[in-house]
Amino acid sequence: MTTATVSRWDRFRESFVWYSFKRDKVAIASFVVLLLMVLAAVFAPLLAPTDPYDLAQINIMNSELPPAGLAGSDPAFPLGTDAQGRDLLSTILYGTRVSLMIGFGAVLLQSVLGILFGLLAGYLGGKVDAVLMRIADVQLSFSTLMVAIIVGAVFKASFGNLMFGEIAIYMLIFIIGVAEWPQIARTVRASVLAEKKKEYVDAAKVMGFSTPRIMFRHILPNTLSPIFVIATVQIANAIISEAALSFLGLGMPETQPSLGSLIKSGFDYIQSGSWWITLLPGLVLVVLVLVINLLGDWLRDVMNPRLYKG
Amino acid sequence: MLAFLVQRISQAFLVMFVISVIAFAIQDGLGDPLQQMVGMSVSEEEREALREEMGLNDPIVVQYLRFAGNALQGDLGNSYFYSKPTLEVIAEHLPATLELVIGASLIIVVFSVPIGVYAAIRPQAWLSKFFMGVSTVGISIPVFLTAIMLIQLFSIGVTVNAFPADTGWGQWLNGFFSTEGGLPSYGRGDNLTHLFGTWHSGFFSEGGLMHLILPSVSLASIMLPLFIRLIRAEMMEVLQSDYIRYARAKGLSAGRINFLHALKNTMLPVITVGGVQIGIMVAYTILTETVFQWPGVGLMFLEAITRSDIPLIVAYLMVVGLIFVITNTLVDLIYGLVNPTVKLTGKKA
Repeated sequence: MTTATVSRWDRFRESFVWYSFKRDKVAIASFVVLLLMVLAAVFAPLLAPTDPYDLAQINIMNSELPPAGLAGSDPAFPLGTDAQGRDLLSTILYGTRVSLMIGFGAVLLQSVLGILFGLLAGYLGGKVDAVLMRIADVQLSFSTLMVAIIVGAVFKASFGNLMFGEIAIYMLIFIIGVAEWPQIARTVRASVLAEKKKEYVDAAKVMGFSTPRIMFRHILPNTLSPIFVIATVQIANAIISEAALSFLGLGMPETQPSLGSLIKSGFDYIQSGSWWITLLPGLVLVVLVLVINLLGDWLRDVMNPRLYKG
Repeated sequence: MLAFLVQRISQAFLVMFVISVIAFAIQDGLGDPLQQMVGMSVSEEEREALREEMGLNDPIVVQYLRFAGNALQGDLGNSYFYSKPTLEVIAEHLPATLELVIGASLIIVVFSVPIGVYAAIRPQAWLSKFFMGVSTVGISIPVFLTAIMLIQLFSIGVTVNAFPADTGWGQWLNGFFSTEGGLPSYGRGDNLTHLFGTWHSGFFSEGGLMHLILPSVSLASIMLPLFIRLIRAEMMEVLQSDYIRYARAKGLSAGRINFLHALKNTMLPVITVGGVQIGIMVAYTILTETVFQWPGVGLMFLEAITRSDIPLIVAYLMVVGLIFVITNTLVDLIYGLVNPTVKLTGKKA
């Protein structure tokens, strides 16, 4: 008997997504760079020459050494050191890890919230829809960054500096996730509104399936491609928001830095000529966000969903 | 139209009510005014008496009504740090922020319209592709990083000596990549002109304008790519429409079609979206002002957070909330006026 079942991999290889990916040089390059950065971040403990969290490995005498190739550099620190004498390469690797963790975590949270509220608003309609979308409208009109800054400020004031620093990573995921759910909810709602008029939904209703089952098993899978596109762009946004919050001192503490808090700690030394402490993490941040945005652009062109833009 | 007006304005009041409840909850949950006022030596009975006198034992609704009543009369309490009314503190800092926003808006308007229109008329030209590429990169650079790079390049200055200095071309390249620096990157300078009330302006002196350059370029850098993309997208859509094809068939000149007929209809949505974006700029002023130590409301808000100056935080929220609500309502109303197809249920068409 010939193979009746086609494996998922084969199906993927024959899909339009794979076909257009192979032909798009920008998409391939962005994907490779992103993959390298994610791998470097995941294996940071193995790759990094030193552990920036371990105070015993830090020597204050090594502070503010320039990167290799400049006068006064030390071959032990290829990208130089920061003001506390931490190896900048290791700190950037660990910082990328923190930034990516917060980026993915926040998008996971906002996807859960956005999908849930978007499905409810779109499928149930009526009062539920009106209330949820009004909240989304108001929250969006305030700009997600503003909401995140205010929530972060209130949390920081109520928890105190020390406590906030310890749980900062979860706080940031929560703050950014809650601040940005309307983006996804509106997209989901728009595609649910289109889907629920189709025959298969009527069929499922006639067969007597429960409302939650129709919502999550039947409609949700058909709204996934726009969610996928917007979630990609949202990861980039979440990473920028995290960096902004950390830069304002409302995010990761300096002892456990993300890319944003590295930029902040380096900014205090830029006037004394130590540009690398702030500009090298900044460069990594820009490249990371740029490749995610480029992949998002490519995905949007390929999947061409009707994105809801307010 | 009247129904639309009433609906929008009542919604604005509802939003303002929600903001005031949130602000009140923050004040109630975070600040214990008693702790700020009295020392450790005050006994528990005295504290209780004071609490009663200040109305802190009243039901929460009564306390909220008192808060809202005072707010409506322009009394949002006194700042702990400045020890004067919070609204006065905000009024002192607001002109600096407004001048920053005006500077950035000018830059955005001057650059986004020609670039956006050009990219729409000639989407395939290499210059258009270059501008669109730059704007994609621009969106990916956080505003505080742009600000830091501008400081490094134009305030501190960069000296490049990577090329051999003993050759003519090496010297030229070194000089080409090096920058002088020298632009001010801290505060607004001392040469401010007093206009009226609390408004001291930097627009009328060379020093004030020089101080304005780097902060407003940074603030503009985050919005400029968005506006270029928006203008390009709207313009391309307009260029597809029937009346433009008719104008072309009629033999009108390209310049007349593009700049008189198409641009007019492009700018309507751009202005309304732009109004909302200008409001969103408030969030970015916090970042820009922090980098440049620009003495506006954004920096004031951030300092209030580090000083746990709760009344000032609450007052900032109320004022910024009011600004947002007013801009959004105005933009919606203008949109409703110029575009009669807008649905009364509220969704933008």
